[in-house]
Amino acid sequence: MVSLFGRFRGGYMKILVCISQVPDTSTKIVLKDDNTAINNQGTTYIVNPYDEWYALVCALELKESGTASDIHLITVGKADVEPVIRKALALGGDEAIRIDADSNDPFQTATYIAEYAKSVSYDLILCGKESIDYNNGAVGAMLAGLLDIDYIGFATDIQINGSSVIVKREIEGGEETDACSLPVVIACQKGVAEARIPNMRGIMAARTRPLKAVTPVAVDPVTEILAYELPPAKAGIKLIEADNMDELVALLHTEAKVL
Amino acid sequence: MSVIVLVEHTEGSIKKKSLEAVQYATSIAQKTGTTVSAIVLGTLPNDEMENLGQYGAHKVLNVPDARLNELHPRAYTTALLTAAQQEASKIIIMLHDINGRAVAPRVAGKLKAGLVAGALSYPDLDKGFVIKKAVFSGKAFAHVNITSDVKVITLIPNTFQLNKGEGKASIEKLDVNFSDNDFGITVKEVNKIKGEIPLADAQLVVSGGRGLKGPENWGILEDLAKELGAATACSRPVADAHWRPHHEHVGQTGGTVRPDLYIAVGISGAIQHLAGVNGSKNIVVINKDPEAPFFKAANYGVVGDALEVLPKLTEAVKKFRQNHK
Repeated sequence: MVSLFGRFRGGYMKILVCISQVPDTSTKIVLKDDNTAINNQGTTYIVNPYDEWYALVCALELKESGTASDIHLITVGKADVEPVIRKALALGGDEAIRIDADSNDPFQTATYIAEYAKSVSYDLILCGKESIDYNNGAVGAMLAGLLDIDYIGFATDIQINGSSVIVKREIEGGEETDACSLPVVIACQKGVAEARIPNMRGIMAARTRPLKAVTPVAVDPVTEILAYELPPAKAGIKLIEADNMDELVALLHTEAKVL
Repeated sequence: MSVIVLVEHTEGSIKKKSLEAVQYATSIAQKTGTTVSAIVLGTLPNDEMENLGQYGAHKVLNVPDARLNELHPRAYTTALLTAAQQEASKIIIMLHDINGRAVAPRVAGKLKAGLVAGALSYPDLDKGFVIKKAVFSGKAFAHVNITSDVKVITLIPNTFQLNKGEGKASIEKLDVNFSDNDFGITVKEVNKIKGEIPLADAQLVVSGGRGLKGPENWGILEDLAKELGAATACSRPVADAHWRPHHEHVGQTGGTVRPDLYIAVGISGAIQHLAGVNGSKNIVVINKDPEAPFFKAANYGVVGDALEVLPKLTEAVKKFRQNHK
């Protein structure tokens, strides 16, 4: 079989960065319609922090160091997500792709991105470790599966070495260093890069960078969200005097039963 | 038609959270009139595997290939797909941890199966196959229905109570045809921090914020953590200032914890931080500002300076431990 990804030559590396739009971290979640939907009125949207701070900036660093030649950003959403893609482009990236579909289902999202990625032959696909809205952290690993390439999650450092990559990643109670060949999908977290703030030049340049809408392939979702609920309010706090830590310990033993 | 569940092990023992996963699988198997096949990848003593019967596993399918003692997401996927096909399984269960999160989406994608990542409940079979999970990093919960024939679930550790019973699982060897690509990732180096309790699985957590005033004061927080046998965590400003390593950062853009007890010391309780900790069963807040928003999310509160209260609490715990040996 001829590899879809066989075209890698040093310095010509093509990177795809997966970008997700999420509510700003300060958003208070409000429900509507008998709890079957989130009330989005007045919500400010941002680029998912893990995608922006780590995956995108890592790609930019690889281009700045001469390792990568092209950085493409990809997202799945209707036209209303374009302002957020422009925000990402203000940091950098040569072009953006918007798969013109609404998707809350990781399988749908991963399939859309996989189908597009197959047509371009990326050497490296970066995403954040998870999006902070649905917290599945599934698209990266699923995408790697659909493309039949390797996947490394929870990355804290990425070094490209010719046609291979050395990745430090979090493991339970420590860290592991892995090596594998390109192409690969890597899910990034803190450590991979330092977050940047876009400058005016970047914001102006982002306006004219190509942003194309792509018609999605036909794929049905395999999950559906039937309802939402908000966490129950705490029943009320017990205050303990700072000089009476024995009482706190006793309450943790007899009442909370955690000691 | 058995329910299959991936069992994680380290240094010859099965992880407690995998026992939770086996028991969860058992509950679903009982409701759907089938049995549980536990998948053990890598080498493990036979009695460890047989003991999975105490949590309801009918049999263990073992792939005794030592390469699988390390995580290889593609090889794990190949093994699970082989097992699922052999058993004609429709339900596949893993953990929502570093390993499960690398493997479950891959398996789900290959099988065109719906995935619930981070299950907090048993499936409600009356309404379909509906499972509760946290969304918006714990600011809300979603009830997700899996509509595909095959279903993949990852469980949040420390959520489902363990009930040890009687029983002995039979062990069968599972033959898997691995390709070279399945082991495309080479592990170069492993650095484990000795004695550290992994935060995501910790049952007790002591977490510090800016109220501790500087990294030099973390010793007193570590003293309390040591006395309790707790993991240590921190708020985002503390990690950003490099007072503490970033893997300790808990909150919407850091890790999520669900311990039995979360003690927040000198943390004001911004909405982003609360998102990462509000799955904790009990929260103690120690803060000198009585108006700190964290008090609204706490079960127990102490108004006082962190540097003064912490040593007193550590003393009280020490005394308690001595009296309850």
